This record gives sequence, C-alpha cells and structure tokens, in this order.
Amino acid sequence: MLDSFEGNPEMARARRVLSTLEPQWVWAPGERLVKGALFLAAAFAVIVTFAIFLALAVDALEFFQRVSPIDFYLGTRWTPDIEGLYGVLPLVVGTLLIAGGAALIGLPLGLSAAIYLREYAPASVREVVKPVLEVLAGIPTIVYGLFALILVSPILQTTFGALFFNGANAIIVIGIMIIPMVSSLSEDALTAVPTDLRDGALALGATRFEATSRVVVPAGFSGIGSSFILAFSRAVGETMIVLIAAGQNTGIVLDIFRQMTTLSGWIAKRATGDVAVGETVYLAMFAVGFTLFAMALVLNLTSDHLRARFREVYE
Amino acid sequence: MKAKSLAVRRLKERLYVTGFLAGIGLALAVLAILLGSILQSAWPRLTPALVLNYANSTNPETAGYAAAIVGTLWVVGLTLLFSLPLGIAAGVYLEEYAPKGPITRILQAGVTNLAGVPSVVFGLLGLALFVRVLGLGPVVLAGSLTLTMLVFPYVVITTQEAVRAVPASIRDASLALGSTKWQSIRRQVLPASAPGLLTAAILAAARAMGETAPLLVIGALFIQTFLPYGPDSPFVALPVQIYAYTSLPVGTWGGVAAGGMVILLAMLFSFNVVAIIARNRLQRQRW
Repeated sequence: MLDSFEGNPEMARARRVLSTLEPQWVWAPGERLVKGALFLAAAFAVIVTFAIFLALAVDALEFFQRVSPIDFYLGTRWTPDIEGLYGVLPLVVGTLLIAGGAALIGLPLGLSAAIYLREYAPASVREVVKPVLEVLAGIPTIVYGLFALILVSPILQTTFGALFFNGANAIIVIGIMIIPMVSSLSEDALTAVPTDLRDGALALGATRFEATSRVVVPAGFSGIGSSFILAFSRAVGETMIVLIAAGQNTGIVLDIFRQMTTLSGWIAKRATGDVAVGETVYLAMFAVGFTLFAMALVLNLTSDHLRARFREVYE
Repeated sequence: MKAKSLAVRRLKERLYVTGFLAGIGLALAVLAILLGSILQSAWPRLTPALVLNYANSTNPETAGYAAAIVGTLWVVGLTLLFSLPLGIAAGVYLEEYAPKGPITRILQAGVTNLAGVPSVVFGLLGLALFVRVLGLGPVVLAGSLTLTMLVFPYVVITTQEAVRAVPASIRDASLALGSTKWQSIRRQVLPASAPGLLTAAILAAARAMGETAPLLVIGALFIQTFLPYGPDSPFVALPVQIYAYTSLPVGTWGGVAAGGMVILLAMLFSFNVVAIIARNRLQRQRW
C-alpha cells in the first residue's frame, strides 16, 4: 500500500527515481501539448475556410448596401467602369457556358481514359500513359492559356471565323486541362468496384465492354459522378486560361466564337487595373468572389457527399 | 430481350476499344503539340538575356525574367517553410490522433473542400487579410502566406497517404519498447514516411510555382527592375511576369512569354528530378 507511506522521505525519493524511469509520467504533459498543437494545425483548413467566408462576406455586404442584391443577381448589364451597372448575370452565363463546354469535352474523354486504363490497357500502356497524364496535370494553367492563344485560336479563326480572343479557346483548353483529373479520380472509382461484379457479368457471357458499360460503370457511378462534379468545379474556378484567351467582353454572349469572360476572369482582370480600397468596384470584386466561392462550395460538398456514399457501399 | 449476334457484339467491343485508344492517343498528341508549340515560339528568345535581364515592355529582344525568377524562388521557398510543418502536423493529427467522430469529420471535410476553392478566391482573401488588414502590402510575405493557404490541403492529403502507408507493426513495436505515442511518431513513423513527405513537398512547390491568379489579385508587380531583397520586398513571380507578357501583342511578345514558360517548366522539372532522386535514396533505407 503505497499510500500508507505518504510522508516517508525514503518513499518520496523512490517515487522520484521511479518517475524518471517511467516514460508516461515524464512525457504526459508534453504529449498533450503536442497533440494540442497538431490539432490546431489540423483545424487550419476549417479556420481558412471561415476566414475566406468572412473576408468575402464583409466586403460583399458593404457592396450590397450600395447595389441591391436583386439588381446584382438579376441584372443583365455588367458595366462597372462605364455605366456603373452591376448585374452579374453576364459573368454567370459566361462561367456556365465555358465550364459546361469544357465539361462536354473533358468528362467523356477523361472517363474513357479511365475505363481504358482500368479495364483494357496492358501494363506496358499504363506505364506510359499514367505518367503522361500526371505531367498534363502538373502543367501550370498559364501555359495552357498561352497554348490556347498561339495554337488553338488561329485554327478557330480560320475554320469558324472566330475572333482572336474567344470563348471556344478557353472551352477547348480547359476541357483538356480537366482530363487527367477526371481520369485519375474515375479510375479510383472503377478500381473500388469489386471484381466479383465484373467476373459475374463476364461469366454470364457479356463481352468486356458490356460488362464495363452495364455493370462496372453503373456500380461506380457515385464515384465517377463525384469526379465529374469536382472537375466541373475546377472548370468554374479556372482563371488564367479565361483571362488570357477568352477576352474581356462583359455582355451576355452566347456565341462561343466571340469574346466573353467569367466570374473569376473578371476578378483577376479588374484586380490588375487601378482600384482603390472601398470603391464600389473594389467591393464588387468581393461580391463576385463570394458568388464564385458559393458555387464552388456547393459543387465540392455535393461531390464529397457522392464520394462518401460510394465509400459506404464498397470500401 | 432479343439477343444480338455475337459478331455484332464483338464488333461493338472492338469499335469502343479503338475509340478509347484514339482518345488516349489524342491526349498524348495534345501534350506533345503543347510542349512543341511552346518550345517553337520560345526558340528565338532562348538566350542568356532572357534569364539575366529585367523585364521591359518596349523591346522583346532584351526583355527578361531576372526579377521574376528570384521572386518565385523567394515566394516558393517561404511557402514551403510555412506550409510543410503546418500541413505535415495536420496530416499526422488526422491519421494518428484524431478520434472517430463529428469533429474529425468536419476537419477532414475542411481539408478536401479547401482543395476545391478556386485559386482566385485565395487571392481575394490575401488581398483583404494580408495586404489590407495586416498592412503588409503586396510583398513576398503576403504572397507566400496566401499560397500557404492554397497548398495546405495538398500537403495534408499527401502526408496522410504517406503516414497511412507505414505498417502498424512499426508503431506497435515502438510502443511495446516503452516509447510514448509522440516519440514513436517522431522517431519511427515520420522517418519511415519520409519519401511520401518529400512527395508532399514537391506537390506543394509545384503548385506554388505555377499559381498566377492569387498573386495577380494581391497585386504583384508587372515590371520590376531590382531583385527582391527579402520577405518585405515587392516582387513579381514567374507566372505573373509571363502573364504580363501575354497581355502585350502576341505577335512580337509571344516568344518572350513562351520563353518564360520554358524557364518555368525547366524549374518544375529540375525540382522534380532532384526530389525523385532524394526519394529513391530515402526509400532504400526503409525497414
């Protein structure tokens, strides 16, 4: 009974000696400190997300005191520097048109690449194609932007009578840019589909393509859908390609061979011009940024949700 | 259901496979054309002047990237200095300490969602927080703090993968020998996952090096005729400088912009090679 020896100097000394030998005793306060510090680091992402929300919301709210949200979200003229009109619809239309067009190119190609790599490709092809896709994924978007300008634009000008700066430039190049992302995430989704399903279909006499298109792809649908939404979100937020190759026209443009711009394209363009803190145009950057952030957040959360459901089923 | 003949089904199969192959071929061709066209228009401008001269907007023959190269090294260096310890710590917490529960789920969702926030939005946060509220102005430090937030989720996710790949037996052995949790993480788990952590560093550096929009928004310079001297120095980064050149008439300035891309890609490439060599070294020492 150690307690009955309280006050005994010999016993106290023995305890001190023991405490230097027992790591849990020595390290326990430090351990808790480390754990706390690591927790704070892990909370950084949530803190930054709130900081973004706050930073955008504060200036966006001030903006909405000068321009009513109705005029902002339903207005069809975006002419801050000419008429002082702040109707954001043209930018939203441009964003959806460019991101939607890019998705039409990038999603099918990305999924095809994933299906081929996962279900058909011999090891030798995989060894070449996967690193190439990784290289494509690592190329800075500004490089894609110049590519659109010096190579894609001349072709579009001669074949479709497009302008030098045009929406199609951005659509094609962003479409290419999102291929590696779609392909690598979709491939993960296909890999997670149990082999039993595939084998079952093949055993019933399906060709490999039938097994893939009617069994494996539907089974991996939420994972693939999650990758599609994430890629669309990336296309919505893409800035440099639009800024360099799509032009500056802030009217509602539906002809993709003419100049147009997007939410992010306008923010970046306006930020490089003269702008004083507190001006309505300065605040408008944050209101547009807030709109963009909200769009991306909804897309990302949807993608997350789909992926979580997919994990529940198969992993 | 009416059965289709096997021949038709086989034909369909072959058609689709050909289609897939054509798609892959297209992607490879695009990559080759992309790099080829950049190199082709950069070729006449690939001289020492491109690296050694400062920028100007009057003479493409003498325009260069000196300030931009040094600026990028400053910004990327500081970004790594901030984001690696922070991101690795977060990754270790999420893999090793985090209890299963709603808080951990929120932290993890925060990381994945941050990875999906458009980069230009980080620029707005940097502009509001670092440039305006903290009054740093558009300097190297403001740029690297902004990019730290941007690359943070990539570091966390890569760290998590690296830590997860360390076998549980390593941890158990260390704990069984009497070390505390943190001791076994610091002395066993982290060294064992070093190659993966290096991958995190490469990813972070590559992202930070190639990002343009956030730096444009916080207000990096376009034409700077002195080298950045420290964290409180105004700066221009390589991709920002390239953008500045692309906004000049492309006929005469396209070559200078493309030349900058060759420098940027060369920096990315050499960085990757160094890291891959280092990773292979590290991997040899594993258990």
